[in-house]
Amino acid sequence: MAIFKEKHYLRVKLDKETDESLWMQCKSCGELVFKRRVRENNNICPYCGEYFFLTAKERIESLIDEGSFTDISKPIMAADPLLFQDTKPYPQRIEEAQQKTGLADAIIIGSAAISGIVVVVGVMDFRFIGGSMGSVMGEQICHGMEEAIRNHYPFILVSSSGGARIQEGILSLMQMAKTSVVRARLAEQRLPFISVMTYPTTAGVQASIASLGDVIIAEKGAMIGFAGRRVIKGTIAEELPPNYQTDSFALEHGSIDRVANREYLREELSNVLRFFVRQ
Amino acid sequence: MAEKRTIELLEAKIQELRELNKMEEIDMSSEIARLAEKLEGLKIDTYSNLSDWERVKIARHPERPYALDYIDKIFTDFYELHGDRLIGDDRALLVGLAQLQGKPVVLLAQQKGRSTEEKKQRYFGMPRPQGYRKAKRIMALAERFSFPLISLIDTPGAYPGLEAEEFNIGGAIANNLLAMARLPTPTIAVIIGEGGSGGALAVGVADRVLMLENATYSVISPEGASAILWKDKGKTRQAAQALNLTAEHLLKLGVVDEVIPEPLGGAHEDPQKTVASLKEALIRHFAEVCNTPLEELLSARYKRYRSFGCYRTLSDR
Repeated sequence: MAIFKEKHYLRVKLDKETDESLWMQCKSCGELVFKRRVRENNNICPYCGEYFFLTAKERIESLIDEGSFTDISKPIMAADPLLFQDTKPYPQRIEEAQQKTGLADAIIIGSAAISGIVVVVGVMDFRFIGGSMGSVMGEQICHGMEEAIRNHYPFILVSSSGGARIQEGILSLMQMAKTSVVRARLAEQRLPFISVMTYPTTAGVQASIASLGDVIIAEKGAMIGFAGRRVIKGTIAEELPPNYQTDSFALEHGSIDRVANREYLREELSNVLRFFVRQ
Repeated sequence: MAEKRTIELLEAKIQELRELNKMEEIDMSSEIARLAEKLEGLKIDTYSNLSDWERVKIARHPERPYALDYIDKIFTDFYELHGDRLIGDDRALLVGLAQLQGKPVVLLAQQKGRSTEEKKQRYFGMPRPQGYRKAKRIMALAERFSFPLISLIDTPGAYPGLEAEEFNIGGAIANNLLAMARLPTPTIAVIIGEGGSGGALAVGVADRVLMLENATYSVISPEGASAILWKDKGKTRQAAQALNLTAEHLLKLGVVDEVIPEPLGGAHEDPQKTVASLKEALIRHFAEVCNTPLEELLSARYKRYRSFGCYRTLSDR
């Protein structure tokens, strides 16, 4: 549930009209870089190798065969079942996130090809209320898995989420169970589910669908875990190692199968898919 | 609550008069009856309009009956089983075999501690990966022998700590969700105290979900929501209200099937009565799920969880 704020990735606006300048400064090494060059380099700083956030659309582009993507998301958006209001009413938060991202919610579902293998892919967008999973994301993930079942495709989920969306209360918690029951059907059909964990894959998303992949691949620099650093420090004041909840921590402790650099993720996926799909 | 103090004073007064009544020649019974009536009225006024935050406090009341208090009174022959066969045993999540209505069942129970020592031993009712994996092991046993599974939920949440992360607590929870989604045996979950987020859900995916009147069940604690959304630790009351975490709300949202009434003021005011109410409801649902063909049960369970959520189609806009 925690929306993590550690600056592991640096957020840059890349696809906005408001962003007029052609150059950006890398917040990690300070170099001035030509934005197009960053974009063409998978949003990795060409000087120091720092990873910048990928939007869902950029992530899709970086993983799939060019021109193979069809958006098959359900045409739905968040309701406000609890009439939730914190410092802002929930519908206002939704609207702001929609305007900021151009997305209906924090996930896109599509069909696409990866090295010629057709898959259903779900990609989260952290900019949309921390990539949080509420009713819409839960429904979209289930819809994606059901489309995979219907067409006999593998399912790939690229997570980037702080966890369940608090503003939908218990209904968000129930999305953890909901995605799990549909995931069970995918398994019954013997269709592969590859879970890709990126920065961050935490709390309710890590404690449900993202951890249920047949194969779990983390992107280098991912943050993976259940309770964030602040929660642990706040509740039990335990000292934590510097690599706490990093990709290497998760790999070392056996929570994931592999770690891949961003530029190799696509190859990583096509390599693993080939074991499951006969072409 | 100032009324609470008045109630306590009145209760003490009535008790005092009852003692007097026994000893002296004077008949105080009409006075006692008058006071008792007044007390009852005050209790109803005070406790029937509890705020959600007050219910959170009742759900966490230190004298509230815990899982073992119910197990001892409702089941016979509780036979505890220990350990996840990997790392260790978890005293916050107990598992075992027991009899209900003469039928063997598998029990999962989140257990808080009473004394400081016991609280520590039981990690304040916060299960670790060991606990969830022990639960999963016992689910496999339930499947093998077709034992119905009953789960008593009472946890602030899964334990947050370095070791828990090292042992992949998130993965342990996720795998329990998956296991419970398709467990081919009747399952009932009862939220008896705190239903703390994923830590509760990990033993809470079931054919029937029952909840005590003053129990809570939430995606995050009011404290957590207050800190994250209001960036202010003092908004717990508002957060509790906003989260819709009481049994009444959850019944409306379809997350629970039945709310089991508690005595005025909460389960701790009359544990015996609470046990009796829970037992009655549990036995009724137990008979129903045991008499339903398994295929039907599994398909209803699938439909139930598949349909959770509330959204609108974009054409509604």
